[in-house]
This record gives sequence, C-alpha cells and structure tokens, in this order.
Amino acid sequence: MSAAIDTETHLRSAVRTDAPPAILLDKVNKWYGAMHVLRDVSLSVATGERVVVCGPSGSGKSTMIRCINRLEQHQEGRIVVDGTELSDDVRALDAIRREVGMVFQSFNLFPHLTILENCTLAPIWVRRMPKKEAEDLAMHYLTRVKIPDQARKYPGQLSGGQQQRVAIARALCMKPKIMLFDEPTSALDPEMIKEVLDTMVGLAEDGMTMICVTHEMGFARQVADRVVFMDRGEIVEQGAPEPLFNDPKTERLRTFLSQILRGH
Amino acid sequence: MSEISLGTSIAGVPEAAPRQPPALTTGPVAWLRANLFSSWLNTALTLVLGYLIVRYAISFVDWAFVNAIWSVENNQTQACRALKASATPGACWAVVTEKHRFILFGTYPYEEHWRPALVCVLFTALYAVSAMRRFWRKELALIWIATLVVIGILMWGGILGLSYVPQERWGGLPITLILATFGLAFAFPLSILVALGRRSSMPAVRVLCVAYVELIRGVPLISLLFMASVMFPLFLPEGINIDKLLRAQVAITLFAGAYLAEVVRGGLQALPKGQYEAADALGLSYWYKTGFIILPQALRLVIPPLVNTFIGFFKDTSLVLIIGIFDLLTAGKTAVVEPAWQGFGVEVYLAISVIYFCYCFAMSRYSQNLEAELNRHRRR
Repeated sequence: MSAAIDTETHLRSAVRTDAPPAILLDKVNKWYGAMHVLRDVSLSVATGERVVVCGPSGSGKSTMIRCINRLEQHQEGRIVVDGTELSDDVRALDAIRREVGMVFQSFNLFPHLTILENCTLAPIWVRRMPKKEAEDLAMHYLTRVKIPDQARKYPGQLSGGQQQRVAIARALCMKPKIMLFDEPTSALDPEMIKEVLDTMVGLAEDGMTMICVTHEMGFARQVADRVVFMDRGEIVEQGAPEPLFNDPKTERLRTFLSQILRGH
Repeated sequence: MSEISLGTSIAGVPEAAPRQPPALTTGPVAWLRANLFSSWLNTALTLVLGYLIVRYAISFVDWAFVNAIWSVENNQTQACRALKASATPGACWAVVTEKHRFILFGTYPYEEHWRPALVCVLFTALYAVSAMRRFWRKELALIWIATLVVIGILMWGGILGLSYVPQERWGGLPITLILATFGLAFAFPLSILVALGRRSSMPAVRVLCVAYVELIRGVPLISLLFMASVMFPLFLPEGINIDKLLRAQVAITLFAGAYLAEVVRGGLQALPKGQYEAADALGLSYWYKTGFIILPQALRLVIPPLVNTFIGFFKDTSLVLIIGIFDLLTAGKTAVVEPAWQGFGVEVYLAISVIYFCYCFAMSRYSQNLEAELNRHRRR
C-alpha cells in the first residue's frame, strides 16, 4: 500500500556540511523502569539533511525523536539541538521547542479551537507576532497544505488526512528550523496517506531539516538523504536509502525489510 | 446536463414511492403503546400509578389552593388551626404572607428592609449578567467589583445617610446569597490552582495540595464551621475579633474549594496526553498551555459535575444555622417559633423551598445550555 510516490527521482540533497550539525545525539541512553529503550544511540543530523528512521515497533524510534524536543527525558548521554544542549533549563528548552516543529501520529490538534486558531496560537503567544500577521502566515501555510478553505472549521469537522496537514501547517507557522515527524501517516486511511506524504515531500524540497519516523519506504527512497534502521533500542544500520534497502548488511534489517515488503 | 425529469427512472425500473414508516410506530399514540401499555404488567402499573398521581395531585391542589387561607387579621390563627383539624385540611399561607419579610431579611431593621431587598435584586442581576456570554469580557470583573461594593454599602450602611446595621442583625436571603456567591467565587479559582498543584511536578506543591484536599474532605462541613466560629477566635490575640460571617465564609470557601478541586482534576485527567505534548512541542509555556489548551477543554468536560457541586453548596450554606448565622432557612425556622404561628412549619418550608428551587433550577438549566454551546465544536 506504499503511496504512489515517484521513486525514480531522488530529491537533490540540501545537506549543508559547512554548518554545525542541527541535531547531535551522543551515546543517549534511556530506561522505562528496568526496560532499556535507548542503548547508546548516537546520531548526527546536518542542517538540511533528511533522515528517515525505521524499525519494528518497540524499537525505540519514536522515543528517540521524542527525546529531541524533550517530550521524553533521556537519562544518559548528550543531546544538542541547534547548538543548545538539552538540560533541565526550562528557558533553553522553550527556545529549542520554538525551533523544532513536531507532527504526531494522532495529529493532536486542539479540538476546541478553529483550524486558524490552532495555527496562530503559538505564533501570537510564543513568537509575539501581531494577530493579523499570524493569520496571514497561517493562511499562507494552510494554502500550502491545500486546505485554506477549512480555516474557520473545527478539527473534528475535517478528515484524518486534512487534520494531519493542518498539524503540519501549525508546526510550520512557528517557522521551525527542524521538523520531527512521528509516524505521521500511521493513523490514516490508505487513501489519505498520499496527500500527507505529498505535503512532506514539498517540505523536503525546500531544504527543511527533517527527521521522520515512518514505514513508508517509497517516501524514504524519494526524499531521505539517510535511512536509520533501529531495533531493540539501538541503531543497527544506517546509510543512503538505495544501498541500505537493496543490500542490507545485517540479518535484522533483512528480516525487517522482508516483513514490510510482504505486508505491502 | 441531460434533461431527465424527476421520478423517471433511468433503467426502466419504476421509481419507488417515498416510503412512510409503518403506521403506529411514531407519534404520541405509538409512544404511549411502547412506553406505558406494552404488556399487561405495564398496563396495570400505568393504571395504578396514574390513579395515585391523580389522587394525590387533587388532594394537594385542594390543600394548597382550594381550602387554603391566605391571610389573617392580627395574628389570629384560630381559623388556620380549625382548618388544619377539619376534614378538608388546607394550607395556612397566612404565615408566609405575615412573616415573609422576616423570612427574607431576618432581624434586619424593619424600616430598612428595602436595602437587603435591593441587595437580593443586585445579586440576581449580577448572576444574570455574568451568565450572558456577550458580557464575558474584562469589564465583567469591574462590574462584579462595583456591584459587590454597592452591596457592602447597602448592607452595612454608615455612609451616604444610610444608618449603620451591624452584621449580627443581617439575615435571610441576603446571607444565603452572600455566602454562596463569595464562597463559590473564591472557591472556584482556588480549586483550579489546587487541581493543577496536585498534578504539579514539584513535590512540595503536590503534597500541600493533596494534604489540603484530603484534610478538608475528611471532615464534615459542620465541624469546619464549628472550628471557624468557636475554636478559631481562641487563637487570635486579645482584642482582635474577626467577623463571624467572614469566618463562616472562609470555612465554606475552603470546603467548596476542596470538592471543586477534585472535580477540576477529573477534567484535567480526562484530557488526552497528546494535548499536553502538542502544546509543549509548540513551545508554549506552562501558563499559556494551561490557560489556552488545558483548562478550556478540561472545564468544559466537567460542567455537569461542577454545577452539581455548585448547587450542592448553594444549599449547604444553610448549615451556618448551627453557628447562629441567620440565613434564609434559619430565618424561616425562627419565624414559626412564635407561639401564635407554631405548627405551620410546612407552609414556611415549602415557601423557602420554592426560593431555593428557583436559584438551583436556573443554575441547572443554564449549565445545560452552556454545555451544549461550548461543546459545539465536538459536533461534526
């Protein structure tokens, strides 16, 4: 059921090697109680790089990207985002979260606010943007995700695909430097996956730094500069999508790929 | 567009006429059949209960209206007593017409009764204005402050040519409204803070809030009122005396706050975790997150139990009678102590119930509208 994305042409890379890495994870460890969910995870993501993270469920991929904006706290190791190390410093954390947009599997739109209010709330109160300007910005991004006509509706009145596109627009309204996607299409009906993936491809074309947890291999082939395969809390294998998928080095990745392909 | 007249089917199959539901599945007759006479047992129950309802309704109307005495001369209650003992008993509403000013305003000086009456009107108007959504602006706070100041001036007097009336002489409906309004106006914000505090990541705050809720909830309101009226003054230094009404007010506020806090906490817990995470991920600070995302949703969810608690506390203010504060119920009780009027408590209590019912029913109806209005976004 891989979405009909043109896998022939891979996007031109926008990786900037001259800048310091946008995200750096250095031997990050995390436990839930006694369960070791992240084991010595080290990952460096350059500005403009598009990383797709895949792996079986329970492999720690969601936990890893949720650690990047500290929705989960890691217990050992260092995470540096946009030059700032994550710590208990609330002010530094708020600064980081302003620069890191996140899209969730279950959309998490605010159901009591209209689409437009969902998009303008954070720019107005966090970025201190005048209301008019924030609304113009929101309409700009809503147009970009192709739902400007729904701006006055409530999230409950939209389809799942539309809601997820609103969620993307809401994150973009903060003009983030980095976007995190946590299985953005897993909760969607098949016919809605494409519209969300198309939006994400458009974003990738603009050179946004992205980390995306997804099982959409077509999307990975088309946009990813690098695919990271995780299993049981550790990064098992990583590399450019074509060599990684066509010639997996480890048995775990081979098993995973065969399972996904069989499922499709 | 091709011109196909309506009613002509394309494939030659005759168009089905619009079908009506089978006869007698809708309408009042069908409703009666389905709900009251669906089986011989239901029919029997309907007939028996119908007979009882009609019979008691007729007796009540006879008692309350047909045979009732509406007024008597000079506290001469013999007619009432005779009526009560007769074969066709009737209500003696004379007690209410005679004593209504005492019931409503207690021992407030008789010639100054217009002042507490105006206070009751002001309170009721304040509720009405606050209930209208188009007044939900910053100015509403000013309206509240101004109205409460005017109410204070009216009750105490001592300036503007109004004679001074000490608090001990206040009574009746104004006391009930004062206790309920101030109690809930302070208890509600307090409860939100406590509910948030109970979910705080700071252990000291959490422990404090849990201790407050558990301590207050663990004792009856009556014992709190006793403590406020009897024990608390013992701890005060010589010469300092805090108004008894104020002490009762604080006790009621604290008590209501603990209960409301648990209701609000229920709403906070009902929100999906994703709402907190989405607000965090956007970089909203704690107070923005709480004010814009969490509370608006959580409070809407708990409107029914909130109003339930509000109504409960409106009536619980009557417990202040045990520390000698003259609220509406106490005034009514005292009104029938006088020998001439002894034995006519039922009429007085019924009249008081009607007053309580008006306020409580209004709250209940209003909350239903508010709930429907605020949860419109949930509809598709």
